Amino acid sequence: MKELMTGNEAIARGAYEHGVTVGVGYPGTPSTEILENFARYPGIKAQWAPNEKVALEVGMGASLAGARVLVTMKHVGVNVAADPLMTAAYTGVNGGLVLVSADDPGMHSSQNEQDNRFYARFARVPMFEPSDSQEALDMVGLALQVSEEFDLPVILRTTTRVAHSQSMVELKERNEVPLRPYRKDTKKWLMVPAFGRLRRQALEERLQKLKAYTETTPVNFISWGDRRVGVITSGISYQYVREVLPGASILKLGMTFPLPEGLIRQFAAGVERLLVVEELDPYIEEFVRGLGLEVTGKKIFPAWNEFTPGLVRRKLKEAGVPVPSPGDGEGTDACLPGADGQLEELPPVPGRPPVLCPGCPHRGVFYVLRKLKLVVTGDIGCYTLGGLPPMEGMDSCVCMGASIGMAHGCELADSSLARRTVAVIGDSTFFHSGITGLIHMVYNGGHGTVIILDNRTTAMTGHQDHPGTGKTLMGEPAPAVDLEALVRALGVGRVRVVDPLDIAGLTQAIQEEAAAGAPSVIIARRPCALLQRENRPPVRVDGETCTGCKTCLKLSCPAISVQDKKAAVDAIICTGCGLCVQVCKFGALKEGGENNG
Amino acid sequence: MAEATGAALVPVDILMVGVGGQGIILASKILAHAARTAGYDIKVSEIHGMAQRGGSVVTQVRLGERVYSPLIPEGEADIILAFEQLEALRWLEYVKGGGTIIVNSQVIYPVPVLAGMAQYPENIIAHLSRRAHTLVVDALDKALECGNARAANVVLLGSLARRMPIPLSYWLSAIEDCVPARYLEVNRAAFQSGYALC
Repeated sequence: MKELMTGNEAIARGAYEHGVTVGVGYPGTPSTEILENFARYPGIKAQWAPNEKVALEVGMGASLAGARVLVTMKHVGVNVAADPLMTAAYTGVNGGLVLVSADDPGMHSSQNEQDNRFYARFARVPMFEPSDSQEALDMVGLALQVSEEFDLPVILRTTTRVAHSQSMVELKERNEVPLRPYRKDTKKWLMVPAFGRLRRQALEERLQKLKAYTETTPVNFISWGDRRVGVITSGISYQYVREVLPGASILKLGMTFPLPEGLIRQFAAGVERLLVVEELDPYIEEFVRGLGLEVTGKKIFPAWNEFTPGLVRRKLKEAGVPVPSPGDGEGTDACLPGADGQLEELPPVPGRPPVLCPGCPHRGVFYVLRKLKLVVTGDIGCYTLGGLPPMEGMDSCVCMGASIGMAHGCELADSSLARRTVAVIGDSTFFHSGITGLIHMVYNGGHGTVIILDNRTTAMTGHQDHPGTGKTLMGEPAPAVDLEALVRALGVGRVRVVDPLDIAGLTQAIQEEAAAGAPSVIIARRPCALLQRENRPPVRVDGETCTGCKTCLKLSCPAISVQDKKAAVDAIICTGCGLCVQVCKFGALKEGGENNG
Repeated sequence: MAEATGAALVPVDILMVGVGGQGIILASKILAHAARTAGYDIKVSEIHGMAQRGGSVVTQVRLGERVYSPLIPEGEADIILAFEQLEALRWLEYVKGGGTIIVNSQVIYPVPVLAGMAQYPENIIAHLSRRAHTLVVDALDKALECGNARAANVVLLGSLARRMPIPLSYWLSAIEDCVPARYLEVNRAAFQSGYALC
């Protein structure tokens, strides 16, 4: 049966078909839907971990016990999991283990665009790169097989355009794979130095065997065409090359660690001019050049941002490669003449940046922080949007969990900042890696204030559960972590819970805690506005008293605008959260307008 | 599954653009279902993630005998289906010479405009019309006439369907496959209302 599936759905399906019984990860765009889809299949166990390091460790344990395992995360998540990953190649596996790294060229929803192909080389683990959904499904099976055959974890690297694109896949039945028997083998699994050295040597032997394998694997193949130009490519770039240069000779690399030296040499010898088309870093190109072959890659193609077929065509043309015109020969360029044959200047198009939703409970916190002119070290989640204009209630954002450590660092560098700095972090992010930062601050005598923005979910990636929500990925009830008790147990003496939609209460709490001179945690608690819709009537504007002062616009609420010098509230999208009512100095915004039903 | 239409599979590239929450993902799903029944190879590429936060959303749907890239090159889209005027303008350079733009008359101000930090451009429809065959659809009004403002996406889809080499019956069964039963009547009516527009 054929189905239209995203790359992520296909990976979940591939794991199911190929007998994976354990799936574990942390949500992160563009990887999140893999486990959400995997969790729906019968006979499997799927879990959200508090972070990627834990996810991989759970996966390694399940593999040790003989199960086939899928571990999923986004590219930056692999940084968190890098510690166990670097040793995972030494221990190897029992049941096959596939680690999905979903990379995000172009940073559609990420803080950087690191090229995780280097992780495969760094950790010395095989890597596969699918270029559509069918390949994604099939490569999960191949990767599991390679994992078990060569005793190594395997990285399956996708990018946003593979993860979130749909194409046809052929579905097959599940192939039940029995648990491989567990056998105690301390020399393989207990990495004390003496055993580690043995495994290090064994790793080289396994890699040698892999080098032979990568020459013959069916996912690395040459399709000969016009011999004047030969293109080596992988992942989504392969599709762009097929489209733009339909007649060219192509070496398609589905397995990109280790790279097939012999196959590359054979291909290079068969073409007049050798090109590498790859997104992000010159990973393949440097390898090819290291073989002493003449090759062109990043000299013409950019080393950042996402490729498109248009870009590939343009850059090939610039490099003097003959490129056929698309379709009917019309519209080959972005600049099209209009119906009257004239090119016309188009007006500037304002951006449409994502914003905190109407009714978002975080909005109140950022409004107060901005007003109090505090230094705010921030973190990763929806609330990072509170740092964008016109809100601008946040000063920094680096990676999951960084907010608390950075706040403490500010205090170390400049003691006068101690009473002016607060860290903000979401509940899911706090469980991910905020806890250790808070432990550090308390232990080292910091005086910082941490605001945990507790909206009872992982909102940014689409409302995944976490250890604080009382529910698991598979929908079963779970004990919910008691945040107040937890932070007290870490040694925080000052803990208070506030309603983030109560501006006066929030202002007082933040002022008192920032000035306290002792570590403190404010839990700003209210459920995500998309998760729990509260049935409140929208706010209405009293046109008589509104002075058009625009103070309400500082809330950056999509429901509020100023039209004809008076505030206006869009009754359809207003949730009646009442923040603007509290912000208006003239009492012109009032609760209880006509119900928006 | 695939009924033979007898006709060759003419490649069509469609860009669906709009604002998070307008139902673009559902519309592209219905389109993909109808195209699959017609025997097309299909690739759909969408960017979401931040979409739920009111950001700009774009879905690219490519149909043909064999489709490689999930992305449509600039200047090669046959049709842009725009759920909001400004978004049509943002993606205008993607439409090919002689191509078609179907645009919802609806205007949704982005936050920089609401906050007075940017201007919403004037005369967008005129700009669109000078570049491509432009059909303006009052999808929100039509949807309200059918009983639910949320069906505006399917009104637009109906207008698109009229211009696609896919038989009407495939569209109707695709709607049945993709829309929950209790919204089916409204969506059928919304689709027909869009389909009836010239």
